[in-house]
Amino acid sequence: MQHVLSVKNLCKTYGGKIAVDKVSFKVSQNEIVGLLGPNGAGKTTTINMILGVLEPNAGTITIEGHDIATQRPAALERTNFAAVYAPLPGNLTVCQNLRIFGLLYGVKNLSARISALLGEFNLGEFRDKKCGVLSSGEQTRVCLAKAMLNNPHLLLLDEPTASLDPAVAKDIRARIREFAAKGTAGVLWASHNMYEVEEVCDRVLFIASGKILLQGDPKTLPRRHGKKTLEELFIAVAREPLTLEGEFP
Amino acid sequence: MNPGRSWAIMLRQFYLMRGSLSRVLPLFIWAAVDIVLWGFITRYLDAVSSASFTFVPVFLGAVLLWDFFIRVMQGVTMAFFEDVWSRNFLNIFATPLSLPEYLGGLVITGIATSAIGLLAMVALATTVFGLSFLMYGLLLIPFILVLFLFGIALGILASAMVLRLGPAAEWFVWPIPALISPFAGVFYPISTLPQWMQVISHLLPPSYIFESIRAIVSGGAASGMGLLWGGCLAVLYILAACWAFARVYRHAVRTGLIARYSAESVS
Repeated sequence: MQHVLSVKNLCKTYGGKIAVDKVSFKVSQNEIVGLLGPNGAGKTTTINMILGVLEPNAGTITIEGHDIATQRPAALERTNFAAVYAPLPGNLTVCQNLRIFGLLYGVKNLSARISALLGEFNLGEFRDKKCGVLSSGEQTRVCLAKAMLNNPHLLLLDEPTASLDPAVAKDIRARIREFAAKGTAGVLWASHNMYEVEEVCDRVLFIASGKILLQGDPKTLPRRHGKKTLEELFIAVAREPLTLEGEFP
Repeated sequence: MNPGRSWAIMLRQFYLMRGSLSRVLPLFIWAAVDIVLWGFITRYLDAVSSASFTFVPVFLGAVLLWDFFIRVMQGVTMAFFEDVWSRNFLNIFATPLSLPEYLGGLVITGIATSAIGLLAMVALATTVFGLSFLMYGLLLIPFILVLFLFGIALGILASAMVLRLGPAAEWFVWPIPALISPFAGVFYPISTLPQWMQVISHLLPPSYIFESIRAIVSGGAASGMGLLWGGCLAVLYILAACWAFARVYRHAVRTGLIARYSAESVS
């Protein structure tokens, strides 16, 4: 199985504080990997380093064989992301935002791609509306449409369904699962929604205090560690990370 | 280098301006006010003075070219500020966009917006106050080019400053042209200044332009070497400004400031 993302011994410190500590993992084609952990665990720092907007102190990140440090444009052409904390500019319309980001990602047949995505994410009626006047759920859908513009081989999602109602969230989850299954893309999905992670992810990585403590199938992992649910396991990881250290080689 | 990505930065500004009078009006409204004000001042000076030359090309021409320089600088910084105001750095810099492509986009935006301002100013100064640029001859080309290059350099440097110090540092950017103008000799010969100010003047490309304008208007010739030196200085400043922006950007990526820009610092 080919890896779309390979992260090796990634380290990041802010001042003296260790945010990410020798993190290594891979994401394969057609795989959805969940990145779980309490607030401040290092999830967003890891995602920012993969996106090339934060430089690691040590370690390497390669996206389909392209090192983000030395082949940044080639690596990022294959990547895209949607994050709850990165809305698109509110003073541009949905269509304008998609056009600008389509140009930045070098998308071919951009107008057709935009029309397809507006339909796919039920955004047709908002195409000429400014993003700033949309509801948070609608803005999230625009961000997801932006994230799909270049048919990324690596899709990074940070709390992608945080502001969506359950029906839309379910629809979006199905769409992303279909996206991962159909093409050659891998997805790294950071979330606090354990139900969602269990439903969508093929594998999860538990991260706490900047280290990956556990990894495995979200459906079987809790039982392997004497917990009934993923949520129980999450709480255990969040409260007592030291007891689990060393379980992940 | 993918020109399409620089075009995207320019297109974003076009979209914003198309729907916003508050972005379009500043392109020429303050310059137009300056032209009107200095147009009447020069008319008055022409009426009361016994000078052997007319004040219109000296003062009004100088004001027009100085305002053009300001428009260029602000064209670059305004395009940059749009990313600051809409907290868009994470989205923008997580794309394959490279730094030269981004700066290229800001420069193209500066060219387009300053050209609109220049046309409006020239139309007003020519039709209402009879300013004729034909008087400067072909030298108008290097005049505009040097001011344009220096405006680009200052625009990039000002953007680097705001990227480094945070959104509140925007305040530092607006007075930059006013701080430079006494040294640039827009309205008076450089020789009027005390020695220490003249040293600074000789390091500023616009000072060579305004000295040349005065030389032409008083019947003399512009200094070719002076203009060449001014052009070289402007190119040097552009390179230095790009270097400074790249250094600041790298610092922002290393510290995480790009991803947390609204916090202004990561300490």
